[in-house]
Amino acid sequence: MSAEQHRVGDQPWVRRSLIGLAVSLTVILLVIPVVVIFTEALSAGWSTFSDNILDEYSLHAIGLTLLVALLTVPLNLVFGTALAWAVTRFRFPGRKLLITLIDIPFAVSPVVAGLLYLLLYGRNGWLGGWLSSHDVQLMFAWPGIVMVTVFVTCPFVARELIPLMQQQGSEEEEAGVVLGASGWRIFSKITLPNIKWALIYGVVLTNARAVGEFGAVSVVSGNVRGQTNTLPLHVELLYQDYNVAGAFAAASLLAAIAILTLIAKAIVEWRQSRIEHPAPKTGGA
Amino acid sequence: MSITIDRIKKSFGKFQALNDVSLDIPEGKLTALLGPSGSGKTTLLRIIAGLESSDSGRVLFGGDDVSNLHVRDRNIGFVFQHYALFKHLTVAQNIAFGLESLPRRSRPSKQEINERVAKLLEMIQLPQLADRYPAQLSGGQKQRVALARALATKPRILLLDEPFGALDAKVRKDLRRWLRALHDEFHFTSIFVTHDQEEALELSDQVVVMSQGQVEQVNSPTGLYARPESRFVFDFLGHVNVLSGVVKGQSLVQGNARVALPGVVNNQEAQLYLRPHEVQLAKAPVAHARLPLRIEAISLIGSEVRIELAPEGWESNEIWEVGMSHGEFACHNPTRGELWYAIPAVGHLFAGDSAQPETVDWHSTAHASAANM
Ligand SMILES: Nc1ncnc2c1ncn2[C@@H]1O[C@H](COP(=O)(O)OP(=O)(O)OP(=O)(O)O)[C@@H](O)[C@H]1O
Ligand SMILES: [Mg+2]
Repeated sequence: MSAEQHRVGDQPWVRRSLIGLAVSLTVILLVIPVVVIFTEALSAGWSTFSDNILDEYSLHAIGLTLLVALLTVPLNLVFGTALAWAVTRFRFPGRKLLITLIDIPFAVSPVVAGLLYLLLYGRNGWLGGWLSSHDVQLMFAWPGIVMVTVFVTCPFVARELIPLMQQQGSEEEEAGVVLGASGWRIFSKITLPNIKWALIYGVVLTNARAVGEFGAVSVVSGNVRGQTNTLPLHVELLYQDYNVAGAFAAASLLAAIAILTLIAKAIVEWRQSRIEHPAPKTGGA
Repeated sequence: MSITIDRIKKSFGKFQALNDVSLDIPEGKLTALLGPSGSGKTTLLRIIAGLESSDSGRVLFGGDDVSNLHVRDRNIGFVFQHYALFKHLTVAQNIAFGLESLPRRSRPSKQEINERVAKLLEMIQLPQLADRYPAQLSGGQKQRVALARALATKPRILLLDEPFGALDAKVRKDLRRWLRALHDEFHFTSIFVTHDQEEALELSDQVVVMSQGQVEQVNSPTGLYARPESRFVFDFLGHVNVLSGVVKGQSLVQGNARVALPGVVNNQEAQLYLRPHEVQLAKAPVAHARLPLRIEAISLIGSEVRIELAPEGWESNEIWEVGMSHGEFACHNPTRGELWYAIPAVGHLFAGDSAQPETVDWHSTAHASAANM
C-alpha cells in the first residue's frame, strides 16, 4: 500500500481533483443541457407538451425523420461493411486513396455537402435537368434528404470497422476458407461475430447523426412544413415562430432518441460481454 | 497424396519471395520446410494451400494440376502459426466447422458430426474442454484444437506453419511426439514449416532446406546432416567448427593452426568445416592436425558434455564446440582455461570458390592419436 502511494498522480488530492473536474465538466456540458431540454419542454404542463408533439406538422416531421434514419442506417451498414472488407482484405491499386476518400464527409462541412448535391441534382444542376425532364425530383423532396444524410453519415460504420478488421487480420477467415466454408458462411459465422461490436457502435453513431443532421438537410429540404421538414429543422422553425415550448418539445424528442440509443448500446454491450466471457468451467488441462 | 511443386515463382512488388522452386513431396511422408526467417517458407506453404497465387509454375496433388483450384476445394488441412481458432465458437464448434461446411449431399448428419467431434476431442485428450472458448485455453491446448479442426474433414494433405513456434520447450516436445504418432496412424501427406533445425531433423522423413526463395537441398534428416551440399546448409544445420586459411605445402594454415590436406591444390583459400562430433580433444597435437584451443565453457546438461573452446594463436568467427561422453569427461577431466588440441577425424573442405564440399578422412590416424589422450 505505502509503495503504491508514491506512484505518479496517485496522491489523494490529484485523484480527487481530477475526478471532481471530470464530473463537474460532465454535469455542466452534458447533464444540465439535457435536463433543461426536458424541463423547458414540460414547463407548460403535460397537455401542452402532448399537443405540441401530436401537432400535425410535428408528427409529420417525426415520421420523415424516422424514414430517413430507416433508409440511411441499412444503406450505410452495407456500404460501410463492404468498403471496410474491400480495403482490409484485398490489395489493389488506389486502396490507400480510397481509405482517405472515406473521410471526405467528415472533412467537408455538411452545408457544403448539401450545396454540392443541390448543384448536381437540383433543377438547374448537371444531372438535375435530365432528371426533371424525366419527372424525377430529388432535391426539395425526401429522396434528397436521404441522399445527403447517407453522404454525411457514410464514414461512421467504415471508420469503426477498418482499424478493427486491420488489427484482426484475415487469419480466421483464411482458416474458414481452407475448411471449405462458403463466402457467406465465413462472413456470418466468423467475420460478423468478430466485428459485431464495432458494427453496432457504427450503427448507433450513424443513427444518431442521421436523426440529428441539420446543415446538409436544411440546404436540400426547402423546409416545407408537413412535407420536407425533419425534426431538427422543425425545432428551428418552431423556435423562429417564437413557439419556445413547441421547439423544446420537439427537441426533447431528439434528446430522448439519443438517450434511447445509448441505453440500447449499453444493453447490447452487456449482453455481448456475457456471451463472450461466460464464467470459465472447471476442467483439467 | 503426393505433392509436386513445379517451377513456382512469386514476387511481392520488386521482391522475389520464391525463385523457381521445384519440389517433390512424397505421399504419406512428413516433410519439413526449414530455413531462416524470410526465406519464403510460409509463402510456399500458402501457395500449396491456395491461399496465395503464384506468378508462374504449377502445383500438383497426386499428379493433378490444382493451380487453378480454389482453396475451398483443395481439401487440405492447414494449421496456422497463431492457431487462428474461431474465437466466437467453442472448441467443439471449432472442430465441427469443417464438417458443417461440407456441401449438403456429402455432409454427415448432426449426430454423426457430434460423434466425430467427440472422437477428435478424445484424440487430442481434451474432451472436458468441449464447451470452452479459445480464449480460455492454454497455447498447447489451442494448438491441439487447431490440429483437430484441420483433421476433422480427413484431409489427405496437412500443412502446418510453425506449428509449435509459440510454445515452451516441454510442450513442444510432447506435441512433436504426438504429431509424429498421429501421422504414423493416419498417413496423410504433411508439410510443416519450421526454423528450428532440431525439430526438422527429429520429426520429419524428409527435410527441404530453403534460403532466399530457393531450395538449397532436399534429403532425409540423416543424409542432410551427414552430407550438406553447401556452406549455407552446413552453417544452418547444427553447430559447425570452421578453420579458414590458405593451403600451403599440402596443409591448411592459419596463424599457428595447421591441418594436413593431402592432395589439395596449394596457394588457394579454403575453409574446413568440422561437426562437433567429428572432432576429439587431446593434450598434444598429432601429425595431421595442430589446432590449439583454450576451454571457455563446459556444459554438463544433456546426454553429452558440450565443451566450448576459443582458438589460441589463430582466429575463428565463431566459438568451437566439441562433444564428449560423460564417461570420457570423467576420465580426462578437462577444466576451464586449459589448453587442448582438436583432432579432426572427418572434415568437409570448401576449397577456393567451390560451392560443394569435399570430404576429408583422417580416420585411421585419428584413432591412433585419440588413444594418446
Ligand atoms: N504479403 C506480402 N507482401 C509483401 N512481402 C511479403 C508478403 N508476404 C511475404 N513477403 C516477403 O516475402 C519474404 C518471404 O516471406 P515468408 O513469410 O515466406 O518467409 P518465412 O520463410 O515464412 O519467414 P519466417 O520464418 O520469418 O516466417 C519475406 O521477405 C517477406 O517480407
Ligand atoms: Mg513464416
